[in-house]
Amino acid sequence: MIAILTGLGRWVLGKLARLGRANLFLLSLLGALTFLFKRPSLLIRQLYAVGVLSLPIILVSGLFVGMVLGLQGYANLVDFGATASLGTVVALSLIRELGPVLTALLYAGRAGSALTAEIGLMKATEQLASMQMMAVDPFPRVLAPRFLAGCLAVPILTGIFTAVGILGGYFVAVMQLGVDGGAFWAQMQAKVLLFEDIVNGVIIKSIVFGVLANWIALFEGYEALPTSEGVSLATTRTVVITSLAILGWDFLLTALMFGVW
Amino acid sequence: MLPTVSPVETAWSGDAPLVSVRDLSFRRGDRMIFNDLNLEIRRGQVTAIMGPSGTGKTTLLRLIGGQIRPEAGRIDVDGLCVHELSRQELYRLRQRMGVLFQSGALFTDLSVFENVAFPLREHTRLPERLIRTLALMKLEAVGLRGARDLMPAQLSGGMARRVALARAIALDPMMMLYDEPFAGQDPISMGVLVKLIRTLNDALGLTSIIVSHDVKETAVIADYLYLISEGRVVEHGTPEELHRSPSAWVDQFMHARPDGPMSFHYAAPPYADDLLSRDVG
Repeated sequence: MIAILTGLGRWVLGKLARLGRANLFLLSLLGALTFLFKRPSLLIRQLYAVGVLSLPIILVSGLFVGMVLGLQGYANLVDFGATASLGTVVALSLIRELGPVLTALLYAGRAGSALTAEIGLMKATEQLASMQMMAVDPFPRVLAPRFLAGCLAVPILTGIFTAVGILGGYFVAVMQLGVDGGAFWAQMQAKVLLFEDIVNGVIIKSIVFGVLANWIALFEGYEALPTSEGVSLATTRTVVITSLAILGWDFLLTALMFGVW
Repeated sequence: MLPTVSPVETAWSGDAPLVSVRDLSFRRGDRMIFNDLNLEIRRGQVTAIMGPSGTGKTTLLRLIGGQIRPEAGRIDVDGLCVHELSRQELYRLRQRMGVLFQSGALFTDLSVFENVAFPLREHTRLPERLIRTLALMKLEAVGLRGARDLMPAQLSGGMARRVALARAIALDPMMMLYDEPFAGQDPISMGVLVKLIRTLNDALGLTSIIVSHDVKETAVIADYLYLISEGRVVEHGTPEELHRSPSAWVDQFMHARPDGPMSFHYAAPPYADDLLSRDVG
C-alpha cells in the first residue's frame, strides 16, 4: 500500500514538475518574441512551413466537412420543410465548433508533430547545444519564430477552413439538392452574428487553440529524449496531448461563450 | 584502486593556465562521474584528455563550456569561474570558445557556407561582403571552399566535421574544445583532422582541448595528456612521459593491451551464481 502511494506521489510530483517546466518554457517563448521585430525573415520562413504547407489538408478537409454538413442537414431538415435554414446550420456548425476544432486538430497532426520532430531532432543531433555553445540562444532564434508563426497560422487556417466548408455546404445544398440559393445566404446573413459567433468561434477559439497546439508541440520537442525513440514518443505525445487539450478547452470556451450557466 | 596524481605536483612554468579545474565533483543520478578531479590546461598548447569510454570525458567538456554545473569544486576559464557567471557573461565567454561536437552538429537546413557564416551573422555587424570573405577563408583553411553550396546531408562524415571546425573557428576563438574528433573517421579523414587541429592551433594561437580515446592520433598532436578514469586523473604528462610510465594501467591504455588492470567485464556477480539463479531476467 505504501509502495502504491509512494509511486502515486512520485507520479503526481513528476507531472507537476513537468507542468511547471512547460509554463516556464511558455514564459521564455513569450519573452523571446521581441527578437522577431529585429529578424522578421525568421518568422516569414516559418509561416510558410507551418501555414502555407498546411493549406492543402485544410482546404480539402474543409470542403468535405462542409459537404457532409450540407448532406446531413438537408436529410434532417427536409422532413420539416425547413431546408431554407440549411445555410444557418452549416455556417453556425462551422463557425462555432467544427472550424476552429477541426483546424486545430488537423494542424496538430500535420504541423505540430513536424515541429516536435524537428526540435527533437535538433536536440538529438546537438544542433541546439552547438547553438548555445556559439552563444546563440535558441529561444529567440529557433523556437519563438515557430511559435509565433503557428499562433498566426491557426486563426488564418481556421478562417479558410470555415469559408471553404460553407462553400462545400452551398455546393451540395444549392447546386446538387436544389435548396434555394437566396434563402441559403439570406438565412445565414440573418442568423450568424459577428461578435457572438465569428469573434467567439473563429477568432478567440482559434487563437487559444493555436497557442495550445504550438506550445505543446515545441515543449515536447524541447523536452524529448535525444534518441530516435525519444523523438518518436514526443511526436506521439504532441498529437495526443494537443488533441485532448483542444477538446477540453473547446468545452470550456463553449460553456463560457454560449453556455446557459 | 587507481593511482591519483595531482597536476599541481608538476612544476609548470609560464603563464597562468587558461583552464583550471579544481576539486571537481559531478554526479549523474547515483553514479559519481568525477570525484575531486584536478587539472590545468596551459595556454597555446594542445592538451588531450583521454580515458576509456564512459569515464565522463564529454561531460568534462560540457562542464568547461558551462552547459552543466558541477556538484562541487570550480572550473575557471581565463580567470572566470564558469558556473558562477550570469547567462550574459557566460554567452560572452562562449563567443571566445569554439566547440567541435562529435556529430559535427551542423544546421541541417543551412548550406555549408551559411553554417560557417552563422556565428558571424549572429555576433557581428559586418557587411555581407566581409562575411562572405571571412567564411570563405575559414572554409579554405579546412580545404572545403569548393563545397560551400552543398547541404550537410550531402557531406561525408569527415567533411561534415571539417565544416563544423570551420564554423567553430569563425569568430577566431581563444580556445577550441574537440569532442572525440577522430571517432568514426576513415584513415585519410583522420589524418586530415589530426593535421588541421595542430596547424590551426599553432597558426591561430589557440589553446586546444581534445577529448578522445584514440591514443595514437591524439598522442601525435598533443603537447600534454591527462588520463582519467573512475572520476580522477590517473596520470598526466607529455606523450613521451606517458608512454614510459611504470603504471600498468597507463601501459595498458597507451598501448591498447587487451589484458591488464582494466577489466574486460563490467562489474557483475559471480558467473556461476548468475547462471544457477532461479530469477528470470
